Amino acid sequence: MAEVADGPLEPQARHVVYCGVCTLPPEYCEFGGTAKKCEEWLEAKQPDLWNRLYSEDAVTANLSTLSLSAQERAAKDAAKKEAKAAQTEARDAERKAASKIQIKRVERNKRKHVTVIIGLEVFGLENKKLAKDLGKKFATGSSMTRSAAGAEEITVQGDVSEDVRDWLLEVHGDKVPRGNIELIEDKKKKKADAAAGIV
Amino acid sequence: MFKKEIPTSNRSKVKSSVQRGLRQRLLEAYPGFEPYIEEIMPKKGSLEAVKLPDRVTLYTIDSIPLFFQPIDGPPIPHLKLIHQFPSALPTIQIDRGAIRFVLSGAALMAPGLTSPGGRLPEKENALEAGSIVAIKAEGKEEVCLVGTLKVGTEEMKSKGKGVVMDEGHYLGDGLWNMQLD
Repeated sequence: MAEVADGPLEPQARHVVYCGVCTLPPEYCEFGGTAKKCEEWLEAKQPDLWNRLYSEDAVTANLSTLSLSAQERAAKDAAKKEAKAAQTEARDAERKAASKIQIKRVERNKRKHVTVIIGLEVFGLENKKLAKDLGKKFATGSSMTRSAAGAEEITVQGDVSEDVRDWLLEVHGDKVPRGNIELIEDKKKKKADAAAGIV
Repeated sequence: MFKKEIPTSNRSKVKSSVQRGLRQRLLEAYPGFEPYIEEIMPKKGSLEAVKLPDRVTLYTIDSIPLFFQPIDGPPIPHLKLIHQFPSALPTIQIDRGAIRFVLSGAALMAPGLTSPGGRLPEKENALEAGSIVAIKAEGKEEVCLVGTLKVGTEEMKSKGKGVVMDEGHYLGDGLWNMQLD
């Protein structure tokens, strides 16, 4: 490129726009499986680029370089990919709607509790980071642990279940719907005691 | 190489002496980066190493991926770096029909390069097997694949078939989609 001729200390990095939907450079969106959405995004965010890529000339120029049968195959493939992407998205949304975030208060001692939070990863939150944030926020110990079944959960020391709920809604309200959070008071110990009493 | 999604793994700071060595290696392998090296890898910047599967190490500065290095090979620039400095690597071109295969992670085959839509360097600038090349696509500006050639360009022209590159870093693969922050 001609840029090489410039002084070596000048900043020369090209700035490349990446699609906000599929993260590819926009010219490759058509291969990403979410072509429709990508196009809409580009039209809204980068009208210049959109004009260049999706104007009629550009589209016909693209098509003319391939033989007809190859075109058909490519179109079929793209359609398949798109359908698959749509399907996974629908499944994801369904899973999100169905799953619950459980905030449990677990008795640790007679008057000491820990708060266990389960099910955040479904909503695209990262347990490890969140655990650290929670620890900072409440000034207590907080860590990501694994339950016996191997599922990830966050354990926060102290009874902060109400505060955790409020904090989640405040900070990650865009990802976590209010209705999907439930507070549980774990009375495992008592139940266990009762069971022991019966036996 | 990175077909699967890459789980977030631990990262570590790189010693400054190692960092100097890496910088030297990078410049040796890619003289094209010479004018930009201060911008890519400032002397003062703290380089971080992220471990990837298959004994590959990814180097980043401020959560921006720079290049990755298999344990037994030279460093290979990340596609985002190549997009910023496209002139630093030798580039060859594939035809339009091959794009969708490349972007779904298939091995790159010679016909995609030797057909009318593809472009290979002239004989004087022929690339040897084992050299690292960036691959762009017909009608596109950006590079879509980077990796090590398995076959020299002259051989490709004479043979016209077979695998040319089987382990590359392509747009939309696990490394591309990796969340670094």
